Amino acid sequence: MATTLTINGKTHQVDLPDDVPLLWVLRDEVGLTGTKFGCGVAACGACTVHINGEAVRSCQTPLSDVDGPVTTIEGVGTPESLATIQQAWIENQVAQCGYCQSGQIMQAASLLAENSAPTDADIDDAMQGNLCRCGTYPRIRAAIHDAATKLKEA
Amino acid sequence: MGIGKILRRTFLIGSAAIVGGVAFGAYYVTRPAANPLKPRDGEAALNPFVMIDQNGVTLFAPRAEMGQGVKTSWAALIAEELDVDLEQVNVLHGPAAAAYYNSAFLSDGLPGKGYDKSEFQHNLGEALGVIGKSLSLHGTGGSTSMKDGFIRMREAGASARETIKQAAAERLGVDRSQLKTEAGHVIAPDGTTIPYAELAEATATLDPVEAELRDPSEWRYLGRSQPRLDMVGKSTGTAEFAIDVRLPGMKFATVRRNPKLGGGMKSFDDSGAKSMPGVEKIVDIGDGIAVIGTNTWLVIQAAEAVEIKWEDAPYPPTTDAIFAKIAKAFDGSPNSTMRDDGDVEAAIEGATEITADYTAPYLAHSTMEPMTAAAQLGSNGLQVWTGTQMPLFAQMRAASVAGLESEQVEINTTYLGGGFGRRLELDFVEVAVKVAMAVPGTPVLTTWSREEDMRHDYFRPGAMARLRGAVKGGKAVLIDGHVAAQSPVQQAVERITGMAGGGPDKVLVEGFFNQPYAIPNYRMSGYVADVKLPVGFWRSVGNSYNGFFHETFMDELAHAAGRDPLAFRLEHARDEWDVAARCLEKVRDMSGWTGKTPDGVGRGVAMTYSFGTPVAQVIEVVDENGTIRINKAWIACDMGLAIDPHVVKAQMFGGMMYGLSAACFGEITFDGGEVEQWNFPDYDALRMHTAPQVEVEVLETNRFMGGAGEPGTPPSMPALGNALFDLTGNRARTLPLSHTFDLLI
Ligand code: FES
Ligand code: FES
Repeated sequence: MATTLTINGKTHQVDLPDDVPLLWVLRDEVGLTGTKFGCGVAACGACTVHINGEAVRSCQTPLSDVDGPVTTIEGVGTPESLATIQQAWIENQVAQCGYCQSGQIMQAASLLAENSAPTDADIDDAMQGNLCRCGTYPRIRAAIHDAATKLKEA
Repeated sequence: MGIGKILRRTFLIGSAAIVGGVAFGAYYVTRPAANPLKPRDGEAALNPFVMIDQNGVTLFAPRAEMGQGVKTSWAALIAEELDVDLEQVNVLHGPAAAAYYNSAFLSDGLPGKGYDKSEFQHNLGEALGVIGKSLSLHGTGGSTSMKDGFIRMREAGASARETIKQAAAERLGVDRSQLKTEAGHVIAPDGTTIPYAELAEATATLDPVEAELRDPSEWRYLGRSQPRLDMVGKSTGTAEFAIDVRLPGMKFATVRRNPKLGGGMKSFDDSGAKSMPGVEKIVDIGDGIAVIGTNTWLVIQAAEAVEIKWEDAPYPPTTDAIFAKIAKAFDGSPNSTMRDDGDVEAAIEGATEITADYTAPYLAHSTMEPMTAAAQLGSNGLQVWTGTQMPLFAQMRAASVAGLESEQVEINTTYLGGGFGRRLELDFVEVAVKVAMAVPGTPVLTTWSREEDMRHDYFRPGAMARLRGAVKGGKAVLIDGHVAAQSPVQQAVERITGMAGGGPDKVLVEGFFNQPYAIPNYRMSGYVADVKLPVGFWRSVGNSYNGFFHETFMDELAHAAGRDPLAFRLEHARDEWDVAARCLEKVRDMSGWTGKTPDGVGRGVAMTYSFGTPVAQVIEVVDENGTIRINKAWIACDMGLAIDPHVVKAQMFGGMMYGLSAACFGEITFDGGEVEQWNFPDYDALRMHTAPQVEVEVLETNRFMGGAGEPGTPPSMPALGNALFDLTGNRARTLPLSHTFDLLI
């Protein structure tokens, strides 16, 4: 059964059982590999994308539950045209292995969309579902504050 | 002629013509190594570190980028001498190759404590390093990359620069000494500039020129933080990990192997699974099955639906029985006694003696990217794409599994979604090759589920310590340590060479026998436990448990002596090695250590020496309505010259976080021969809200270069335990600490 999805502003037809999680539709079907697989059980946040602008764990979102436009890390910005939050990530040299960072950025972007000046406590709250085995948390925190400042100035 | 000089000579900077340009690199010691980039026929073969053609300059950083910034720092070593801007060059990992050997792997295995080495031993270490090349030690691990590349890569850059200048000198009819170089250009006396790319073909016709290395005062890159080359890719989802490799016609697979590790498969029934959506083929891979199909999630569902009868594991079925077997090792004779100072058996008059037993659990690596590799078997060879710390071993293993010659296997090394020692292993390569062999011609990406990854690791061995010590007049006068654990080294030797590893295992006792404290009666004995459970190299390896044992016990000794634990350590370190003492002084000053803390606050200190680098940490915990949170951490380290201070700080903090995560929550336990943990919910790590604030200071007084990737891990666990003792008066001698304390989760 074909399903129509809007991903990063483009329409895609996918023909997969409707219990396949969005994560695996994106990665193996649509070919958008920026969204990562970490746990498959909503425990790490590596697979975070936005649906209707809200951060969700795509590993726990079956195709049948995708009820609006999807944004992935590729839709946030590109190497040639970086989003403000990505600039903040680069300036703060956040990544180590980098595997968790797509999810971290997607989670942080949704925080900033709701809260233009998050406190440390807000960041703790919003980001605690996103695991980083390399321990980049202090720089993620700094990058979020930085991005908030940049967005205000823009 | 000193050994060092001979060694430098053996690292010959060769050059070879390539299409439209020139490559500079390393010849093999006795014969040219095959150039993996295959220069045109008749050209000298070499492994390039520098390649210049019409497209510009390409540098090769054949070390696994797993987050430690090696791609950037390695390239910086070359660029420093070559005079190119890092933003303008292309940096590639390059293929598996003997000439990309790691010269520092073996030197760290030399007998001796490490910090007390003489110039002679240092040079001997370099001599052993060359043997690393004959042993195919192209790899990344042991916190070695900067030690290994520091001289060799600058030489490669310098020689390439001078040879390019020679080509320019001949073209301009001037002497080479009149020319300068800057940002990938040669500058003539009259100020005109020639891009390197334009000189590439002419350079290829010249013999490489030997060059002196620049004085550190002239450095532009080294010793300063560089923007990391992988940062844009990793902030835009475009950096390619093995799991992201996509090829035309690619299929997706997953694996399910015997959870009773090392046991085989009796039989399986895939009749139900075969007809599940997306499934194309179910393959017997010996100790389990793999499912190949159209979508990773669909094949994972099918793999779970296969009914399998497993053979039993070759080790005791429960955690308790396994540790009972480890304890039995104490009854035998020690595998090593690497330190035996004074006389630990003699009674010391007037001394207070204490004893303590400690236990550390098995641990999983739990890299963020699960084990993954892609492979394609073609008519004339096998291609593998994976994030490996050991490309040459991966090549050999892939070849032997596929029944091919090594030359027929190409290893493409991607970024690693975390390494921590897990990606030194070859199991994920082997599985991917078996899968590819089932569908010749078709590229297949084999991704392990998190559960499969967690339950099929080469675990950090569980370890036990029996310690006895004594204090007198406020000082430690005796430490007699006995540690038992499985030996990852012996197992790895057997896995890789097929022959049983033996001999004294330094790694088993590292972090205990070689700690820089002056204690007159000091013995350390290691006992190898004979348990057939797969164990491996977990960030900092033996130091990861010995650090906890030794530095917790130092705390117990300080308290028995009625001394402040930091001052107590400092005194013993000062008498042994000033570099270590300075780290303790630094962390004391940074944290404003007074030895006293207000109610509801506890502080602990620990100092360990590993991989050439002493690291001291102070950790502060706070009691918040009965729940304990790690509030702050201070780290001081000294690895001598820090090539990139930002990267060093990130590694120090990351190493500490890795250790703290394990100290708080990490344990792999067994029941029925199977690992009881499945996924992050039962093997969690510190997160944003549980991570401490941190300050890191990097001292640079150590005479020899030390590592950065691992030394931050060992002191974290005892520093936390000591802080919890300070807060609660409760001494935890077993990890993880969440069993004893109510930690914030
Ligand atoms: S993969 Fe979705 S939360 Fe971990
Ligand atoms: S950067 Fe490696 S897991 Fe976060």
